[in-house]
Amino acid sequence: MASATNTTASADWPMWEVFVQLELGEPHQHAGNVHAPDARMALLNARDVYSRRGLVKSMWVVPSETITASTPGENGEFFEPGNDKLFRHPQFYKSPKGVGNLE
Amino acid sequence: MATSNNAALFDFLLRLGDDQLVLGQRLAEWCGHGPILEEDIALANISLDLFGHAQAVLNLAGEMEGQGRDADKLAYFREAIEFKNCLLVEQPRGDFAYTIARQIVFSLRAYLLWDELTKSSNETLAGIAGKAKKESRYHVTHASEWVLRLGDGTADSHARLQNALDEVWRFTKDLFATDAIEQQLADQKIIPNLGGLYGKWLTMLQELITKATLRMPDPGMFMQLGGRTGKHTEHLGHMLSELQILPRSYPDARW
Repeated sequence: MASATNTTASADWPMWEVFVQLELGEPHQHAGNVHAPDARMALLNARDVYSRRGLVKSMWVVPSETITASTPGENGEFFEPGNDKLFRHPQFYKSPKGVGNLE
Repeated sequence: MATSNNAALFDFLLRLGDDQLVLGQRLAEWCGHGPILEEDIALANISLDLFGHAQAVLNLAGEMEGQGRDADKLAYFREAIEFKNCLLVEQPRGDFAYTIARQIVFSLRAYLLWDELTKSSNETLAGIAGKAKKESRYHVTHASEWVLRLGDGTADSHARLQNALDEVWRFTKDLFATDAIEQQLADQKIIPNLGGLYGKWLTMLQELITKATLRMPDPGMFMQLGGRTGKHTEHLGHMLSELQILPRSYPDARW
């Protein structure tokens, strides 16, 4: 996508993860990522790439490098559900009405 | 010969709508050529916003004219001399710095103008202005952020943007050119008096340019005029040939 402008800097632009909130009170959810030279430009780029359909109430951008991710090799020790431990799956409680978003 | 109010408004709306249409087309030329993907999308989004404004304004212009022409007819079947856009918007897209210099100069005025036009006694125009003002505000934000970063960026980006500002400056008098038609519409309270626009625009621009470590272009430089009366630079005709060829070759084409 080079040509008309000097684009040497763009290769160095960091990546930002974009989180959007579709309804007030709901969690921000990961939408994707953008390149940008700084946080403010990341927000503008994210707006252009992920909010054009008009559903977004709020948006966060986070430098991708600040995210620490688990590795697939750890999946066993991290995420095995322990199905034999019933107390981890307390589905026998009834939720009060009015807390629909709790699940 | 006195011009009827509808005829005056028709002319005013052509100026307004043609500015949006022609700049929309120039920005669309970045599609696939942006410096990075995200900016490619940003410029295309702004282009689409401008086409939206152009369509609404030119449809209203057609109504005022009363000859059965709609936005498409006005966009595709007029010659360059019948276009009333300012000279600034028809210039080739140039490099990214040129585009940004033009965007800030144009968008800032567009935002202030839409803001005034929300007070129009023509309800359709006031409605269009209300919607366009919001989008236009974002265009100002987008261009301002880039002015700051290019101006206060590398030696190369600073030099390119300063050069671009100096280049576009000679079209700024044309951008604000006014005449008896606007005066008549203001006297008849159809649109507000637009005399204060230039001062506000200059103050806001000056502040941004200073903050971006750039300098204001020489106020005494030669100013080129003519857009509002159809006296265009050679670039408009070439641009229109590309914009208009499909509907002129296949007048009833649908897509």
